[in-house]
Amino acid sequence: MASRSLRPADYVIYAVLLFGVLIMLLPFVWMVSTSLKTGEATFVTPPQLIPASPTTANFERAFGAVPMGKFLVNSIFVSVTSTVLMVLNCAMAGYAFARIKFPGRDILFYAYLATLMIPQQVTLVPLFVLMTWLDWGNTYQALILPSSFGAFGTFLLRQFYLRLPREVEEAAFMDGAGYVRIFFTIGLQLARPALATLAVFAFLASWNSFLWPLIITSNQAMMTLPVGLSFLNGRYTTDWSVLMAGAVIGTVPIIAVYVFAQKFIIQGLATTGLK
Amino acid sequence: MDGVTGRGKYVALAVLLLPSLAGMSLFYILPVISSFVLSFSKWDLLTPVQWIGIGNYVAAVQDPTVQQALRNTLFFIAGYLPAVVAIGLGLALLLNHKLPGRTIFRAIYFVPVVTSWVAVSLVWKWLLNPQYGLINFGLSLLGIKGPGWLFDPNWAMPGVILTTVWKDIGFVAVIYLAGLQEIPENLGEAADIDGASAWQRFWTITWPMLAPTTFFVTTISLISSFQVFDQVFIMTGGGPVGATTTMVQLIYKNAFSYSQMGYASAISWILFALIFAITLAQNLLQKRLDRSNG
Repeated sequence: MASRSLRPADYVIYAVLLFGVLIMLLPFVWMVSTSLKTGEATFVTPPQLIPASPTTANFERAFGAVPMGKFLVNSIFVSVTSTVLMVLNCAMAGYAFARIKFPGRDILFYAYLATLMIPQQVTLVPLFVLMTWLDWGNTYQALILPSSFGAFGTFLLRQFYLRLPREVEEAAFMDGAGYVRIFFTIGLQLARPALATLAVFAFLASWNSFLWPLIITSNQAMMTLPVGLSFLNGRYTTDWSVLMAGAVIGTVPIIAVYVFAQKFIIQGLATTGLK
Repeated sequence: MDGVTGRGKYVALAVLLLPSLAGMSLFYILPVISSFVLSFSKWDLLTPVQWIGIGNYVAAVQDPTVQQALRNTLFFIAGYLPAVVAIGLGLALLLNHKLPGRTIFRAIYFVPVVTSWVAVSLVWKWLLNPQYGLINFGLSLLGIKGPGWLFDPNWAMPGVILTTVWKDIGFVAVIYLAGLQEIPENLGEAADIDGASAWQRFWTITWPMLAPTTFFVTTISLISSFQVFDQVFIMTGGGPVGATTTMVQLIYKNAFSYSQMGYASAISWILFALIFAITLAQNLLQKRLDRSNG
């Protein structure tokens, strides 16, 4: 990019952008600041942005009040597992839809696409009934499996394989390999960019998912972070320093992931139009 | 490649497609069908199912809480949609200037998008606290006495709207940035030569060229407006006096607090019908626009 000297108008743009950044970051600063305050310091006017006597007691209280460590482990386990399963299931199905001709293929694919029209809330009641019948309430499989399949990812991967030239695979076919072996040895490798986009989308969706985990978990030991924080919110309604400590614990892991994968996450979400 | 014989092909299908097919059937297709069937029933999970025809739909249309939820949603849309589109677009236009550091700005504006709704709602509930919150303190510096926000039936929804706009503008800006990148640069240069002002250039070139992006942003924002749940659940629980109750909250309450599975299913299908109607209207409108443009 050719560097050019800044015009007066550019300073105005910078000023507006900086003001906006302040608005975007202030809530996070306020969250961290409150989480480090003593109970009394929370209710001081004018509010202190930097706590006079910072303390980590709120984090200890949050971990003592609810199994915060367990929430964290559950969230990580559920998000990672469902992301891996989602990517694998969608890649396999997408590959099959793109490469294998079989009767009824198009109708089946349209049935997949039709599910994209239906909001998630429509399936809540039957899904809950199903899980009750299976006796899967408060289990990992109930948290993981419903977000391990999806029409969107299948569609994404099908389109990817349709655009992919078949030459590499043809050579393997000549050597006598079948679809399954070709998919696992060549197909998965070639689809890495599309798989990464899907993984980002699936991970964020699962990590931030709230309504389904809220419905299916009542046992604290099985709650994910968002549900656990909501539980904390119900119990410590006005104890802001503890609630903000909880919010910090809920925010730091995803921001850490974001810092490392920032460019990638933004691109993935911009191209798929999902958040 | 189509030379693979019948049997090998079906073995491959069983391995590659069957897991997905089983999952999609069990967790999407079957529940969708069941939900539709259930919407014509009265069922509390304990006693046998009673079939009551369109009774749930009739009841829902007359239900004051459903009517209130719909009014609340319209209020939400009226505040949220123009704000998120205007600010998101404005931000995208600023970020589209090739200034040093713009990727850092873009990254910061996007942070709330990846943060969970529950954490964001907790923080904003605290920011909006009437007595000790940062927002009313800021207003008091300007000589304004801040409202009761989430405790005041008139101000609770504006508080929820403010929070949602703050969380979503980074997302809208990134979508608009992608749209701006597709506008050929020479269009703007030609207008420059003609002596057009930045303002004229925006309304005659940029805004019309962004029409597909605006359609997309409007559609997904409208759809998500009908699906608001997380922030309301944490910030207000739907109150005060129902001022922030939403459709999804009614589904949740009827199903999991009152055990009215059939009624909750019916409300979810009304939600589907509303979302479907919006998508359809947007599509028709876009087609007409495309035709009139060319």
